[in-house]
Amino acid sequence: MTKVKNKGVRRRIWTLPYHLMLLPGILFLLVYHIAPMFGSVIAFQDFVPAKGFFGSKWVGLENFKFMFQLPDTWSILSNTLIIAVSKIVFNLIFAVLFAVLLNELRHLWLKKAIQTIAYLPHFLSWVILATIFRDILDPSGLVNTVLMNLHLIQEPIFFLGDNSWFQGVIVATDVWKEFGYSAVMFIAALAGVNPELYEAAAIDGAGRLRRIWHITLTCIRPTIVLVATLNIANIFNAGFDQIFNLYSPVVYASGDVIDTYVYRAGFVSAQYSLATAVGLMKSIVSFLLIIVSYKLADRFAGYRIF
Amino acid sequence: MVEYKSWENRIFDTVVLFILLLMTVICLLPLLNVLALSFSDKQAALAGEVGLWPVNFTWSSYEYLVADSRFFAAFWVSTKRVILGGGLNLILTLLMAFPLSLEKKEFPSRNRYMWLVVFTMLFNAGLVPWYFVIKYTGIMNTIWALVLPGAVPVFNVILLMNFFRGIPKALKEQASIDGVGALGLLFKIYVPLSLPAIATVTLFSVVGHWNNFFDGMLLINSPEKVPLQTYIQSLVVRISDLSQNNLTAEQLTEKMSQRTFNAAKIVVSAVPILAIYPFMQKYFVKGITLGSVKE
Repeated sequence: MTKVKNKGVRRRIWTLPYHLMLLPGILFLLVYHIAPMFGSVIAFQDFVPAKGFFGSKWVGLENFKFMFQLPDTWSILSNTLIIAVSKIVFNLIFAVLFAVLLNELRHLWLKKAIQTIAYLPHFLSWVILATIFRDILDPSGLVNTVLMNLHLIQEPIFFLGDNSWFQGVIVATDVWKEFGYSAVMFIAALAGVNPELYEAAAIDGAGRLRRIWHITLTCIRPTIVLVATLNIANIFNAGFDQIFNLYSPVVYASGDVIDTYVYRAGFVSAQYSLATAVGLMKSIVSFLLIIVSYKLADRFAGYRIF
Repeated sequence: MVEYKSWENRIFDTVVLFILLLMTVICLLPLLNVLALSFSDKQAALAGEVGLWPVNFTWSSYEYLVADSRFFAAFWVSTKRVILGGGLNLILTLLMAFPLSLEKKEFPSRNRYMWLVVFTMLFNAGLVPWYFVIKYTGIMNTIWALVLPGAVPVFNVILLMNFFRGIPKALKEQASIDGVGALGLLFKIYVPLSLPAIATVTLFSVVGHWNNFFDGMLLINSPEKVPLQTYIQSLVVRISDLSQNNLTAEQLTEKMSQRTFNAAKIVVSAVPILAIYPFMQKYFVKGITLGSVKE
């Protein structure tokens, strides 16, 4: 008896330092991550900030019903999906293309220089980049001036103020910012490919394109599958920072997405409960998508993040 | 190999090089344009004459900027948040990654903590409740509103935890026998062996703090306490929210004449990122691939 008890006590003393090390971080997570989850109950209330999370009048599913009756709901949902999925697809295509081409380059210093430049935009904020793009995509900006001088267009295009252009501009500028950085995973995967494979294929008479197809792309296929799978989690993330800094009321029809809508509903028109309801729906769906994507990534690529 | 010298290969190499250079140039053009604008004469910018090279080179935008006290107040707020926020991020990341990297038999509660940490990463509580929790904890409109809510960078914790797991167990066992405690293990054995990984996560959190405009916009009301990105956002982006057609001729001229000045602000606000970028590049490739270790 005493022996068992002693063992238990010793164990607790041994792990105490670990608990103490985790304590401050866990406290921060409880206050700023877990408490807001419970705060989501205001989606089922008619929330009045002064009364706190549990003091306002309960209204059941009223906010959710209202949400599905809003005329904008479906356009916001489709904008979100179209923008997010196009970003995922085009980023993947350009990242793979970039990594494959870079792999064909033999000058090491040139390779380094190109990578350095291509990764850079990822680290600049959308505030800075949106300011730049607003300037060069302006009707009197650089892009329109060049297109006019080349006589490719007769009238300047209002890229950020025209619903037929806006989504395309959002996707293109996002690919511009992220393709280099997205390629890092593929470049790392290619670094592990045995160069003898290429030599053997060359001796067998395979041309450059055939070698790219059969060796390079085959070797990074698991990574492509992995990245695509993990991106399933992002099909509701159209990119708040970017859209918020580039859009304007003129292009709400094509550019308003869930995150920007939640922001405006909550903090411009103070419909706190409605905004929470919309956000909660998105969180739940995103959560399920992440679980699905991790399960798939584990099954197909043996990938585990934790 | 002989075939490397064939004309087919030369054409192929040229095409590859051409496409890569095109991609690189497209990456650089917008950045070069803003740099050129910031050194150009106001009138030239107004007439849309500035491309990639300054027209009528002048320092006047930067001289104007030096006199702008609000810009420097905001710059200082951002610097403070990077130091406080980045420091807190680093300490908490180290303290959490170590116990979480242990085996279940060494630390039986490890999995329970892990679930909590992972859950906070996977499930986002939503903007509005998050905002009110911050409001109710009374840190609104202070620098702490920019530091405390993101005190634990969960993704970084997991990255570093994965790295710690790759450190040979023998080292830890030897140190334990020598009577080194948990903190000693972390700071004397794990930290010195993980400097590249620690550099990676630190750079990620520093860049994140520097680039964040959103929390400053939502949580800070006093103009003098606003961080740099929020300040630039309020200045440049919100003003041009008025669509082109609704602007009067005067407003349009006013907006356009700010162009070179705004360009200078953009350039200066990107300088800290550019300054740490070479260090960052050395490490982040490792950092990204670190996340995908197979167990």
